[in-house]
Amino acid sequence: MTFRFALAASTALSVLGSAAAFAGPQAEVLHWWTSGGEAKSVAVLQQEFAENGGTWTDMPVAGGGGDAAMTALRARVLSGNAPTAVQLKGPAIQEWYDEGVLADISGVAKAEGWENLLPASIAGHMKCGDTWCAAPVNVHRVDWIWANASILAQNGIEMPTTWDEFNAAAEKLQAAGIIPLAHGGQAWQDATLFETVVLGIGGPAFFQKALVDLDESALKSDTMVAAFDQMRTLRGYVDANFSGRDWNLATAMVMNGEAAFQVMGDWAKGEFLAAGKVPGQDFLCASTPGEGYLYNVDSFAMFKVAGDDNVAGQDLLAKLIMGKNFQKVFNMNKGSIPARTDVALDAFDSCAQLSAADMAASSASGSLLPSYAHGMALYGPQSGAITDVVTAHFNSEMSSADAVAMLVAAVANSR
Amino acid sequence: MTRWLEHHLPKAVLAPSFLAVLVFVYGFIGWTAWVSLTRSKLMPRYEIDGFGQFVRLFASPRWDTAFGNLFIFGLLFVVISLVLGLLLAILLDQRIRVEGVIRTIYLYPMALSLIVTGTAWKWVLNPGLGLEAVVRGWGFENFRFDWLVNSDMAIYTVVIAGVWQASGFVMALFLAGLRSVDQEIIRAAEVDGIPTYRIYSAIIIPSMAPIFMSAFIVLTHLAIKSFDLVIALTGGGPGYATDLPATYMYAMAFSRGDIGQAAASAMVMMAVVFAIVVPYLYSELRPRHD
Amino acid sequence: MTDFSTANRSMPPPPSRMRRTGGVKRALLRWLLFAGLGVFALFYLMPLFVMLTTSLKSLEEIRTGSLVALPRTVTFDAWHTAWSQACSGIKCEGLRPYFMNSVLIAVPAVAISTMIGALNGYVVAHWRFRGANIIFSLMLFGCFIPFQVVLLPMARMLGLMGLAGTIPGLIFVHVIYGIGFTTLFFRNYYVSVPGELVKAAKVDGAGFLRIFWSIFLPLSLPIFVVTIIWQFTQIWNDFLFGVSFSQAGTQPVTVALNNIVNSTTGVKEYNVDMAAAIIAALPTLLVYVVAGKYFIRGLTAGSVKG
Repeated sequence: MTFRFALAASTALSVLGSAAAFAGPQAEVLHWWTSGGEAKSVAVLQQEFAENGGTWTDMPVAGGGGDAAMTALRARVLSGNAPTAVQLKGPAIQEWYDEGVLADISGVAKAEGWENLLPASIAGHMKCGDTWCAAPVNVHRVDWIWANASILAQNGIEMPTTWDEFNAAAEKLQAAGIIPLAHGGQAWQDATLFETVVLGIGGPAFFQKALVDLDESALKSDTMVAAFDQMRTLRGYVDANFSGRDWNLATAMVMNGEAAFQVMGDWAKGEFLAAGKVPGQDFLCASTPGEGYLYNVDSFAMFKVAGDDNVAGQDLLAKLIMGKNFQKVFNMNKGSIPARTDVALDAFDSCAQLSAADMAASSASGSLLPSYAHGMALYGPQSGAITDVVTAHFNSEMSSADAVAMLVAAVANSR
Repeated sequence: MTRWLEHHLPKAVLAPSFLAVLVFVYGFIGWTAWVSLTRSKLMPRYEIDGFGQFVRLFASPRWDTAFGNLFIFGLLFVVISLVLGLLLAILLDQRIRVEGVIRTIYLYPMALSLIVTGTAWKWVLNPGLGLEAVVRGWGFENFRFDWLVNSDMAIYTVVIAGVWQASGFVMALFLAGLRSVDQEIIRAAEVDGIPTYRIYSAIIIPSMAPIFMSAFIVLTHLAIKSFDLVIALTGGGPGYATDLPATYMYAMAFSRGDIGQAAASAMVMMAVVFAIVVPYLYSELRPRHD
Repeated sequence: MTDFSTANRSMPPPPSRMRRTGGVKRALLRWLLFAGLGVFALFYLMPLFVMLTTSLKSLEEIRTGSLVALPRTVTFDAWHTAWSQACSGIKCEGLRPYFMNSVLIAVPAVAISTMIGALNGYVVAHWRFRGANIIFSLMLFGCFIPFQVVLLPMARMLGLMGLAGTIPGLIFVHVIYGIGFTTLFFRNYYVSVPGELVKAAKVDGAGFLRIFWSIFLPLSLPIFVVTIIWQFTQIWNDFLFGVSFSQAGTQPVTVALNNIVNSTTGVKEYNVDMAAAIIAALPTLLVYVVAGKYFIRGLTAGSVKG
């Protein structure tokens, strides 16, 4: 009975829907920026959307860096009730495209000339086959190292440019009774640390081969052993209670002078700024030792939905996301930098300006690389398999050689 | 006609529930079994591919850990909660004036969502922030309680938090049972001079068999589904030392987009549950001749 | 408080199981008993203490002080924010708007699943027919199916039934996965009702429903309380179904709570998180406090009759 009633009701609704006049652009947006500054940043987009006559239905689902949102998304797609726009990133966009559920927004992308506005490697993430299927919001740099300025000054330490320099500085700090590295022992944080180490020790070309192409010879190379060795060394610079610590508590340790350094993406900056700290004065930012640039780009993908108002909503949303104003306001709030390269950065802080300059330089030199730890480089099963090994190694006494053997096996088993 | 209806009414009452369970439990288990034989990644696919997912599952060191933890955690959690619940119920049954208050204190953890109590526990158990730091602050410099950050011991902190949450409810079940035992029999036993502990062990506790069954099923259900607990408390860490099958399955299905693998792990998990629960149910439900 | 003590006083004379022990020994035992109960009470209260104190601190104090210390200055700002200002997505209206969704889901789902469970338990305990035990076992085993397994096929089913993203859909899901437990609870309770009672009633010409209505229901208050507590707690605290089968406008309070406390790359406001968690748990806490009272009363009534 319920079933029949529901069927009748939904038929009636769809008749109503098609009969009703075009009601202006509509969008139901599934995202996981649900609290504090992040939510306010999304609200900027909603406001612009409304100013352009659109109706925004908010579908926030937080948790586990989007895990819960992805659970909800699967349920929604399977029940034939997909949201209009979804926060998605990295190769997952292409995976969803392969399921045949993504809409084509090439019209907007071509009209707005996205091709010339985005760094090539970032534009690549937004395309599915020959079409555009997602709009980028920002570029987070992952390979940042943050430092407490006064601790470094007191101990006569410069920002390290190689991991060896870092190790030397850490020994000195440890002797002075300061925790050298503030770290939170959660799998994704271990992975974040690991990928910056691989980049620093192996260089951009090695990073590409090992953690993007999953080339077996790179995965079992001596360079990879050296990377695990460095992870083991870093483990010695972390305090005993790091397990399970949230990243922001690790940042607080740097702020309070308990610890000297933290390796974390540029969202850590927001934590410093919220506490009233000034970049260059209270805290220092630099890229992690070595060259290259690891990016983590947030984006929105559009799902296939019926109805002109929804399609209009998708086009409007895509256009606004890539709009100069939104990219500027949003990223100043969030600590990242705009994805489009023609936004003036005068109002941004010095760390963001450094990030933008480095992005342009590494894009030109081919060392602008996707972050594996933040789901930009690999499909979920592969990146997950690598993270399992990294975190198991970091949290045990496993030897580097064993870790490399396990890594090769895990990657092979994940396909 | 009415006689016929009257005769079949009990079946008719049970039928909708039975059908629902058939479809939404056993049908879905069948669906999962099917998917576990496919190469489903991001979304379920239905082309049968063989037992590859199970081969992958058993080759995964992380699954080994998760599977082992199910037994450590499940056994300790169920046994400790049962014993503690019974003990607290017996203590509370001694005509305490503030019983209402104490009972509510024991019960309230069940009311709180682990989404956030997990954070509070994390702080309490963290050696640098919680219990260890506080006790050391009192002057006991050698006090150590660092299970949370110790790969070998972390699973026991999950047991502590789990027991904290569930034992109050078990206590309530037993308390209800204790109070419904026939008081006449107890009084008669007291008159006969039987010591208190014997009254409990020989008369009261054996008469609560159905309560043990309810408690066992409630606890086993919680143990198998312990998911929020691990996510909130340890996130599966250090490393993946506190991973459980439920978190493994969720990670595969929803964070990694490896649905075939998740389905395979679910099938193994359900096989284990089947092996443990069915003999128990059989022994509890078989007709007794007394 | 007063209610509890009156409830206790109205009980039949205490079958005091410690009466036979001597005066000094008895006092000592009494003292030990209270010490034991007190220690456990502290264990159970510890996390609540952390949550309460944190919710009363300012963010500044949390950032600089010890996480498990008493607040230096007490402020209720966090509670206010959590209730009506915290952001869950772009809507910054706190938990308030989501409460109603949870009530609309939990109340019907608890009522329906409890009623079904009472009838099922009655049948399984006293109207055995061939296969009844097998059906009961199958339903019980259903209690153990991990919910992560049912998410995807359930989503498909809800889509087919036209219930995707709706509150009736969520009620449906909670009822389906609740009847195993409710049936179990009632069955185990009704099993202890003597079969002779049912036989006698049948001889008097009472039918299936009549016996249920006039014999079993009046006996059932305690087990209704247990079942309602269990179901209400499970459904109110459910996150997985709530997050998967809702859409904008039907999200329950746990999803909002999760949205408020979870921040991937933002600043964490622990005081608001803790306040929000306590607020979200108030209805379940209330059920425990209030129902706990009826729990005792119901049992007292039962023992007077017995």
